[in-house]
Amino acid sequence: MAETQDEKNQGGGKKPASGSDVKPPRRMIRPKRSGGPKKKPAAQPNQPDLGDAAKLRPAAAIVPPQSVAGRALTLVVAIMSFLACLTVGAVSVVWDAADAWQNDLVREITIQIRPNEGVDMLREIDKAVALAQEFPGIGSVRALSDAETKSLLEPWLGEGLELEGLPVPRLIQITVDDPELLNLDQLKSLVSQQVSGASVDDHSIWTSRLSAMAGAVVIGGVAIMVLVLGSMVLSVVFATQAAMAGNKDVVSVLHFVGAEDSFIAREFQRHFLMLGLKGGVSGGLAAILCFIVLDMLTRQSSGQAGTDQLSALFGPVSVSLPGYFGVFGVIFLVAILTALTSGLAVKAHLAKVD
Amino acid sequence: MIRFENVGLRYGMGPEILRDLSFQIEPQSFQFLTGPSGAGKTSLIRLLFMSLRPTRGLIKVFNRDLSVIDKQELPKLRRKIGVVFQDFRLLDHLTTYENVALPLRVIGKEEAEYRSDVIDLLKWVGLGDRMHVLPPVLSGGEKQRAAIARALITRPEVLLADEPTGNVDPPLARRLLRLFIELNKLGTSVVIATHDIALLEQVDARRMVLADGRLSIFD
Repeated sequence: MAETQDEKNQGGGKKPASGSDVKPPRRMIRPKRSGGPKKKPAAQPNQPDLGDAAKLRPAAAIVPPQSVAGRALTLVVAIMSFLACLTVGAVSVVWDAADAWQNDLVREITIQIRPNEGVDMLREIDKAVALAQEFPGIGSVRALSDAETKSLLEPWLGEGLELEGLPVPRLIQITVDDPELLNLDQLKSLVSQQVSGASVDDHSIWTSRLSAMAGAVVIGGVAIMVLVLGSMVLSVVFATQAAMAGNKDVVSVLHFVGAEDSFIAREFQRHFLMLGLKGGVSGGLAAILCFIVLDMLTRQSSGQAGTDQLSALFGPVSVSLPGYFGVFGVIFLVAILTALTSGLAVKAHLAKVD
Repeated sequence: MIRFENVGLRYGMGPEILRDLSFQIEPQSFQFLTGPSGAGKTSLIRLLFMSLRPTRGLIKVFNRDLSVIDKQELPKLRRKIGVVFQDFRLLDHLTTYENVALPLRVIGKEEAEYRSDVIDLLKWVGLGDRMHVLPPVLSGGEKQRAAIARALITRPEVLLADEPTGNVDPPLARRLLRLFIELNKLGTSVVIATHDIALLEQVDARRMVLADGRLSIFD
């Protein structure tokens, strides 16, 4: 053991080297290595000044919470989340509209009767109506009147049309009550067999095109989201590497106080989870605000040509509940992706450090 | 406790800066590591602390051969060694209290468990009234004492101090030295790297002198 010259001069060498100013706290005493079984020093009745403990702030995060790079990354995450949420909203609007169109079309069938020479058109119409009405699953059957047929042709052939002089096909509008009960193939074959010049149009071409369009929009939306989230993940990887480089001192201090790599990774992951949540929530809220403003604007400007066109195409331009759930899903996904990406990047960085 | 046998160290393809070092740090021992600036004292401290691996030779730390120790095991061994760096290495965004408590936080202790110990230790090193401030506000001596407190809080078996009095005035240097001696009397082995002759003359202790990469030991 060491002793100071002062101690030696005093001839003792056993006395403490100093005055009371270096008297250690009793907990610092290490058990002697030799003699007797190892015993932990008894717990000391430490009674620190309550004022000191009361003044302590809640333990600060080990990774410095904010830096210019951190703020920039929060902004990047917020913008990416905003774009991803907008995509979700747009997909939701188109999906709902396509769904509505498809429902309307599935519940409506048209029988078209083309005029044939020597065939009484009115008798054929009555025959088709009677045939359709007997079919299970059919709600209502109505032949379009002369006036309605004329109004349909007016945009192309002009006013004052005389249907008798023209070979104009006549239409019968059928509303389907229960698409499950209706045997469409049987209806088609019966109508074509028993009614001269008649054919059944179930709009299947339209519905399949609509389904294809809606599917394409959803695939496009998912692709955009993947790209947006992919760029966000890359941004987070670069930001994590920058943060590790910027916090090299913190990592080094943590290493020499005995921190395990998993502890360091957790601390950085927590830091980036908070950052991802902040960015994700800001971007998501901004997108929700946009949806609400868009909804209000379309409601206010209804009656104007542009808005009516839009409403005719998409129905009411408003994001439905699943769209909002999608936004919350994006916020959650962004936060988790940010944390996971940074965790992996930190572990990869620490693996390189000996 | 720590044993070196024919240890050599070079950085990259450069010359060997430490050559054939063979010595042992005994339990409850006190030694100075000295030598001119650039002699390799800090590198030797880093070898002792396992933050560098030797290019040759054998290092055994707590009876574990460093060459076969898995990276995952290092933190547990490092917790038995306290280090005080010349440049303190305090985290500027944490208060003095939080910096000193850091080694306990990383081993997963709850604050309620260690609060009183940290406050006691801070008072012992004379920082009782500075525990709530951030390091940039502390003086050099206060930073040094905070760094020492952080190294001691886990009651390490070995304390390595690299130029612990390099940034303080002579009276504070003497006070810090007394603190190390007191700690040594309590059972901790102490290694102080210094080129401060005045400090060496104050204590009758083992001297390890580094010169030209070789080590001479004066018991």
